[in-house]
Amino acid sequence: MKFISIENVCFSYAEETDPQPHVNAVDGVTLTVDKGEFVAVIGHNGCGKSTLAKHLNAMLLPDSGRVIVDGDDTADEEKTWDIREKVGLVLQNPDNQLVAGIVEEDVAFGPENLGVEPDEIRRRVDEALKAVDMYEYRGHAPHKLSGGQKQRVAIAGILAIQPQCIVLDEPTAMLDPNGRDEVMRTLQKLNREQGITVVLITHYMDEAVKADRVVVMDNGKVLTQGTPQEVFRQVELLKKHRLDVPQTAELAYRLRGCGVDLPDIPLTEDECIKMLEEAMK
Amino acid sequence: MVRDVAFGQYFPTDSVIHRLDPRAKILMFIAYIVVIFCTFNYASLGVIAGFTVLFLALSRISPKFYFKSLKVIIFIVIFTSLLNLFYGTGEPIFQWGIFKLTWNGIHRAIFVTVLASSCLTFTTSPTELTDAMERLMKPLKVIHFPVHEVSMMMSLALRFIPTLLEETDKIMAAQKARGANMDSGNLIQRVKSLIPILIPLFVSAFRRAYDIATAMECRCYRGGAGRTRMKSIHMSTRDGIAVAVLVLVPAGVIICNILIPAMV
Repeated sequence: MKFISIENVCFSYAEETDPQPHVNAVDGVTLTVDKGEFVAVIGHNGCGKSTLAKHLNAMLLPDSGRVIVDGDDTADEEKTWDIREKVGLVLQNPDNQLVAGIVEEDVAFGPENLGVEPDEIRRRVDEALKAVDMYEYRGHAPHKLSGGQKQRVAIAGILAIQPQCIVLDEPTAMLDPNGRDEVMRTLQKLNREQGITVVLITHYMDEAVKADRVVVMDNGKVLTQGTPQEVFRQVELLKKHRLDVPQTAELAYRLRGCGVDLPDIPLTEDECIKMLEEAMK
Repeated sequence: MVRDVAFGQYFPTDSVIHRLDPRAKILMFIAYIVVIFCTFNYASLGVIAGFTVLFLALSRISPKFYFKSLKVIIFIVIFTSLLNLFYGTGEPIFQWGIFKLTWNGIHRAIFVTVLASSCLTFTTSPTELTDAMERLMKPLKVIHFPVHEVSMMMSLALRFIPTLLEETDKIMAAQKARGANMDSGNLIQRVKSLIPILIPLFVSAFRRAYDIATAMECRCYRGGAGRTRMKSIHMSTRDGIAVAVLVLVPAGVIICNILIPAMV
């Protein structure tokens, strides 16, 4: 079922009066996100993926085209807060998203803003913290947590609003490998167990591989999209646009170039090992 | 470094003091500070000391942390003690009717103020603290004072003090790595050497502020109207007792002052 549909959206940060020629940060993007889907959006810096993310919860409004979230147009000012309740946005820097001095009070910030009853807030906060495995840290000060832990608290803060969809704008960019792992596992769990739609903006290919669908953006446009297999099979296209492919895909691509007969492009190490074993027989 | 300072931290140990209404705690704190300036003899000082020890013990926080926060003011205490040697004990610096200010008095005041404010911040989370301020300032709404906005600003400031301190450390290290010299030269040179630290700090603080505002909007923040609180604060019997104590301490101090001739 269609949950978010982006229809031919253009957006530019330039002012109308700016003498320089307009460069659209998002340039005619059409995209849909289904309910319960895990979508990864990849592309290098400045390709418009973060700008697109901010369109999904009405933080930015398109210059032309429209974004429909669960039947509501984001341009409709009366629906702004309904949309933000349905689509939660997690930003890159975990430090700047935590607004209270205690973990549980920070998670409570969202439902407090919505005017939820105190008992219900308590219940939601506990549930959200348990969902991201941070319940035992509920009394801690945010600045004493690790990057991965902070980002999980930020996710819990969005979960407590009980959105149907979470959009994450490079949530792992400032984290170490451990923290990235924690965040990815949390997202996959939320998507599988609670059926929350996830839109993950990232530039790590190994994260994109775990999604149901990968959307590749370049210069404000959608370059290609499909299942991870379909997308990363197009090694040449991605390379042409200076994008990385997962290391295993790269290896398989080069081996094929040397005449090794591989049936497909592997995306994970296990797949790759299995395929190479087969080929060596 | 700066981050080791215990003063202003919060320790969630869930004691009787922790569960007190933060409004009661703030009012008691203010009363305490006033009262300490009115102690003129050993008996009233004893009353104050007794209550202070009682409160610190009830807070179930290791005395270690209280000593740590006292460490910060040791310099001031030593400095004023030295001055005391020259001026002689008990010479009033300032006198107005029955109120007189002596170095001894200032000592006691600093000591107890630090202990009491440590006790307040150790046992009250920043959110509770600002929440209580918001409630206490509510009457000011009549004169269109932005009560909610001020308390939100205070709670954000409290939240970001450690983050900005950490950032200052990083910037200082970065500038030192580029050869900045901050520890020598005369006063003007030293002040000037702070500029390369302050400018990046301000720039990053503004960027941060923009991010925080975005994050708050993403979490449906739209001002104080219609907000609820997870931890709603209620006055209970416990708070009644606390307020009674609030009255008893000044009363005890005043009685001591009247019954026993001034000590200084």
